[in-house]
Amino acid sequence: MATEALGWWGVPLGILAGTLRGSVPFLLVSLGECLTEKSGKINLGLEGTLLFGAMSAYAISYLSSGIVGPTLAPWLGVLAAGVAGMVLGSIHGWLSQQPRVNDVAVGIAMIIFGGGLANFFGKPFIQPQAPHLPTLPIGGWSDLAPVQSALQISPLFLLGVAIVPLMSWFFKSTRWGLYVRAVGDSPDAALAMGISIFWVRMASIVAGSFLAGIGGASLSLFYPGVWTERISSGQGLMAVALVIFARWRPWQCLWASLLFGGAQALGPAFQSVGIDSYYYLFNAAPYILTLVIMIITCSPKRTLAGAPGALGQDS
Amino acid sequence: MASTTAWRRFAQRPLRESLESIALPIGAVLAALVIFGVFCALAGANPLAVYGSIYKAAFGSWSAWQNTLIRASPLMLTALCTALPARLGLVIIGNEGALVVGGLAAVLVGLGLGGTLPGGLVLLAMALGSLVAGGLWIMAAGALRHYRGVNETISSLLLNYIAIALMNHLVQGPLRDPAFVSKPSSYEIDPSAWLGTLPDTRVHWGLIYGLVASALAYILIQRTTFGFAARTAGGNVRAARIAGLPVGKLTLAVCFLAGSCAGLAGMVEVAAVQKRLNESIVSNYGYAGILVAFVARHNPLATVLVSVLLGGILAAGGILQRSHNLPDATVLVFQGIVFLCVLYSESLYGRFAFFQEREVEAEGAVVAG
Repeated sequence: MATEALGWWGVPLGILAGTLRGSVPFLLVSLGECLTEKSGKINLGLEGTLLFGAMSAYAISYLSSGIVGPTLAPWLGVLAAGVAGMVLGSIHGWLSQQPRVNDVAVGIAMIIFGGGLANFFGKPFIQPQAPHLPTLPIGGWSDLAPVQSALQISPLFLLGVAIVPLMSWFFKSTRWGLYVRAVGDSPDAALAMGISIFWVRMASIVAGSFLAGIGGASLSLFYPGVWTERISSGQGLMAVALVIFARWRPWQCLWASLLFGGAQALGPAFQSVGIDSYYYLFNAAPYILTLVIMIITCSPKRTLAGAPGALGQDS
Repeated sequence: MASTTAWRRFAQRPLRESLESIALPIGAVLAALVIFGVFCALAGANPLAVYGSIYKAAFGSWSAWQNTLIRASPLMLTALCTALPARLGLVIIGNEGALVVGGLAAVLVGLGLGGTLPGGLVLLAMALGSLVAGGLWIMAAGALRHYRGVNETISSLLLNYIAIALMNHLVQGPLRDPAFVSKPSSYEIDPSAWLGTLPDTRVHWGLIYGLVASALAYILIQRTTFGFAARTAGGNVRAARIAGLPVGKLTLAVCFLAGSCAGLAGMVEVAAVQKRLNESIVSNYGYAGILVAFVARHNPLATVLVSVLLGGILAAGGILQRSHNLPDATVLVFQGIVFLCVLYSESLYGRFAFFQEREVEAEGAVVAG
């Protein structure tokens, strides 16, 4: 391990680096889920979307690198992941709005379906090496090679960070943002305003799934940068829980994603300095953290502040 | 005669309604088969040949039936983990985690007692251990729901990953058998405590566990006051509270029973199939159990049938790979399609005139009678 040279400083460095790398999927999926839930529907299927996006990005990047070159290919992969997400999102958007169909159940079905599709089409791509996304080195100030290699920022991280203020502004200050909030908070009022509930929700779910698909691309083309069948390991679902913790606010989604990325980096960081007897338990840290946060923030007495009014209600 | 009319009305309505609740899921599964066929055709396989292979590998011979039933047994048990809480209005998907902690508890008990006591007693203790471990695991999700308002779907799913991490930690560390090199595993359970097979078959006793648990669950939910109270609370929590039903206790009890079923599935897998604990216990029986529960509309007898069907499809997974060059994830895709079709069919209840009670005819009968 490169960080061994730093001794115990490797732990905070490893956690920082892991936060920068590992928070990208959390950030993109939670922003997507935030948009989706603002419109009053839950999409648990983003776990499947994440996996399918990761596979699509890797496959397209690998297949197109011979045609468009290894610089452009990963970006085509990112686009493909987004489109793959939109396809799954449109299934979810349509099905979850049928009468008497429960959106949580559709989400579970979409996890199985999306995961199945990803593994089905992804089988030939487990071995080959696809060109990765470029990274922005921000460790150039240091002479230490471990520091330089640890501090790499993905352009998708910057994209996610750029979307945060945009989405916040979108909800607060735009007509379309108002439509989404109206549909999510009070469908009756939205109907009276002449807004199509179906299409606003459809658009929100599809756009949210686009972001989640791109989150998948970050998994397979940036970190860990391979395609395997278990690459998402519940991150899509943690992101859903994270939105509850973030109280449906894009800025808080960013902070929460960084926290989760950091929690995820604990296991590898301690392993790098030789503490690996609790490796698997440290790896469970994000799940335990999610659970603890939900226990602290939820309450049986009242609905959560900031929760869209129509969330979890039957349409 | 008025009484005949009343009887007719009584008989007619449940008949047409129950016909609807049977016809729609079957129609959904058939539709899923057609969509899956199109999918196979697009992937370059002949759909009819694929159907034929699945049928042959699942139900074509006694040997195929045994393979199917071996896979159906854990499904019957894990399906109850979703089906029972669903009657209370809870969506629990922690089946995989409850199965894993059940298997873990069974191995701990089996390693501790194996060889010191008669095999039957050890098996009983292993079963009890798995029932309690799995039960408490899902009861935690139920308790968080009731006392803290934590979404039970997400918490139970997170518990899956925590259970798997715990299992991995133990089989890589304290429980690890250094002599077993192919993958990190626990020590082997004493052969006296292995779960045997039914006479003249390869099918292990887990099948009986599954059938008995399903029958008990059916009786509990449909034929007891406890089940009635649970269904009432599932229908309308507020009404149940006003009626004085102990909603909290019901939630905890139902979640405990649900988790103990999945835990028992873990014990069956450990004692009858794996004989030791390792990552192979995470084999998607939990997630498939969710599908079974939804397709069976959370009816504990229907879950038995659906488990056998899905067990057959799982048993056919290998043949799809060998004879049709389809990846093993094909089975997962098929499960997803079935799940989506069944959910869509939920929106079709009441849309077909054939399944509705015929008011006009009934009125006519009064006049004629």
